Amino acid sequence: MGVGIQVNQLNAWFGNTHAVRDIQMDIPANHATAIIGPSGCGKSTFVRCLNRMHETIPNTRVQGTVKIGDTHVYGNGTSAVEIRRRVGMVFQKPNPFPTMSVYDNVAAGLKLNGYRNRRELDEIVERSLRQAALWDEVKDSLKKKSGASLSGGQQQRLCIARALAVEPEVMLMDEPASALDPISTSKIEDLIFELKQNYTIVIVTHNMQQAARVAEFTAFFLIGNLIEFDKTEKIFTNPSDKRTEDYITGRFG
Amino acid sequence: MMLKKYWWRSFKDKLVVGLAAGATFMVLLPLGAIFGYLVYRGIGSLNWNFLTQIPKPPGETGGGMANAIAGSGLILLIASLIGVPMGIGTGVYLAEFGKKRFGYLIRFTADVLNGVPSIVIGIVAYSLVVIYQKHFSALAGGVALGIMMVPIISRATEEMLLMVPQSLREAAWGLGIPQWRTTLSITLRTASSGIITAVMLSFARVAGETAPLLFTAFGNQYWNKNINQPTAALPLQIFNYAISPFDDEHRQAWAGALILIVLIVVSMSLVRMVASRGVFKGGN
Repeated sequence: MGVGIQVNQLNAWFGNTHAVRDIQMDIPANHATAIIGPSGCGKSTFVRCLNRMHETIPNTRVQGTVKIGDTHVYGNGTSAVEIRRRVGMVFQKPNPFPTMSVYDNVAAGLKLNGYRNRRELDEIVERSLRQAALWDEVKDSLKKKSGASLSGGQQQRLCIARALAVEPEVMLMDEPASALDPISTSKIEDLIFELKQNYTIVIVTHNMQQAARVAEFTAFFLIGNLIEFDKTEKIFTNPSDKRTEDYITGRFG
Repeated sequence: MMLKKYWWRSFKDKLVVGLAAGATFMVLLPLGAIFGYLVYRGIGSLNWNFLTQIPKPPGETGGGMANAIAGSGLILLIASLIGVPMGIGTGVYLAEFGKKRFGYLIRFTADVLNGVPSIVIGIVAYSLVVIYQKHFSALAGGVALGIMMVPIISRATEEMLLMVPQSLREAAWGLGIPQWRTTLSITLRTASSGIITAVMLSFARVAGETAPLLFTAFGNQYWNKNINQPTAALPLQIFNYAISPFDDEHRQAWAGALILIVLIVVSMSLVRMVASRGVFKGGN
C-alpha cells in the first residue's frame, strides 16, 4: 500500500541558485498527484528531493523536512539508499540498462541487492511486466532481447516495471510520457490509473490535459514556489490564484 | 548553373573521402609492411623445435625459444595481476569520485607516468625489487611492466566510464542500489568493452617492451618456473640474438619477433571473445 508524503519548508539549491523555495505540501496516499508548471519552475528538482536524488548532483543542497509515511527522508539515521528503495522513480527519458536482457532489467533492483530466489524472481518479473502492460509484448524473448532493443514506449514501460519490481510505496514519475508517441502515452496513462490503487504517485508533467486525466490532485509551481495545490478539478476549473489561471489558460509558460 | 554546382559539390565529396581513405592506407601500410617482412624473414626458422626447445649454446645451430615464450607469459601474467586491478581501480576512482583537486593530481601523475621512458621504469623496479631480492627475477620484470600498464589502463577506464550516461547511474540509484553495486554492475559493465580494449592495448604495449626487462627479468637460457629467479622473455631473447654474431641466432630473432606479434594478436582475440560473451551490445 502507498503512504502519504508530508513536505515541510523544503528548499533546494544548485550552487547559489535557489531552485525550490519553502514548499509545504501534504501528498495523499494512494492517489495520483500531478505537478505542473512552466519549464525551470523546480518541478523536477522538487520530486528529486523526495527520494534524495537531488543530492547526487555535485554542489547541491537541501533544507527542510520530508516525511514518507513515518520516515524522515532527511533524518539523521536515514540512508538515501533505503529511501530510494521505498520511493521508486521513472525518468523523463527511458533508461533501461543496455547490457542487460529485458528480464534482468526488471530483476535488477532485486538481484543487485542480493536477492537470489530464482522462482520468486520469475514471478516478480512476470507480475511487474504485466502491471506495466508489457508482458505480452516481451514474454517470448525475456532473456534473449536487450532492454535497449525495445521501442521507446516499450522501454519506458520496462522502466516502470523495473521500478515496480522492488515494490516501492511511492512512485515518482518525472515527465514519464514526454518522449513518447500518443499511443504509448495513453498506455502509460492507463497504467498510472491502475497503479494508484496500490501506490502513491507523484507525476511531473508539462501536459495539462495529462494532469487532468490521471491525477486527483494538482500542484502548480512557479519559479521554485508552490503557488497552488488543490483537487485537480478545482485547479482547472476554478483556481484561487490569478497566476494559476493565467498558466492553465495559456497566457504564459 | 545548378548542375555545375552539383558537379563541384560531388567532386569535393569524393576528394575528401579519397583523402580519408588515403590516410587510412598510410596508417595500415607500415603495419602490413612490418608483419609481411617478419613473416618473410621469420617463417623459415619457425618449426616445432623453435617452439618447444630451449636455446642451444652460442654458435650451435638449432634450439628454440620455448623458455622465452613461457617466461614472457609468466612476466606478463604478473604484470597484468598488478597493472589491471590498479589501473581499473584508479580509473573508477577518477571517473566516479575524484572530481576534486586530488583527482586532478592523480590524473596529472598518471599522464606523467605514461610519458616516463620505459628504461627508467626498469630502474625503478630494479631498485624496488631486484636490490631487495638481491637477484634478477620474473617478479621484478612483472612489476616494471605492471607499473607501465597502470596509467594507460586508468586513463582509458576513466574516459570509458565518463561516456556511460549519467541517466544509467540515476536509474540504478533510483532502485535503491548502493553506489558500489552501481559502479560494479552497471557502470563498469556498460563500459566493459572499452575497458577491455584499453587493457589489451596496454598488454600489447608492454608485451613488446625490452628496456624495462634488461635489469629486472634479465633473461635466462634455461627453463625457469620460479618467479624469484632470472627469467627469459621474448623481447630480451630477440634483442640478445639480434646483436649476436651468429647467423642462426639472427634467423631465430626474426622468428621470435614473428611469434611475439602472433601471440599478442591471438591473446587479444581470445580475451575479446571470452569477455564479450553474455553481455548485450548496447543499443541506441
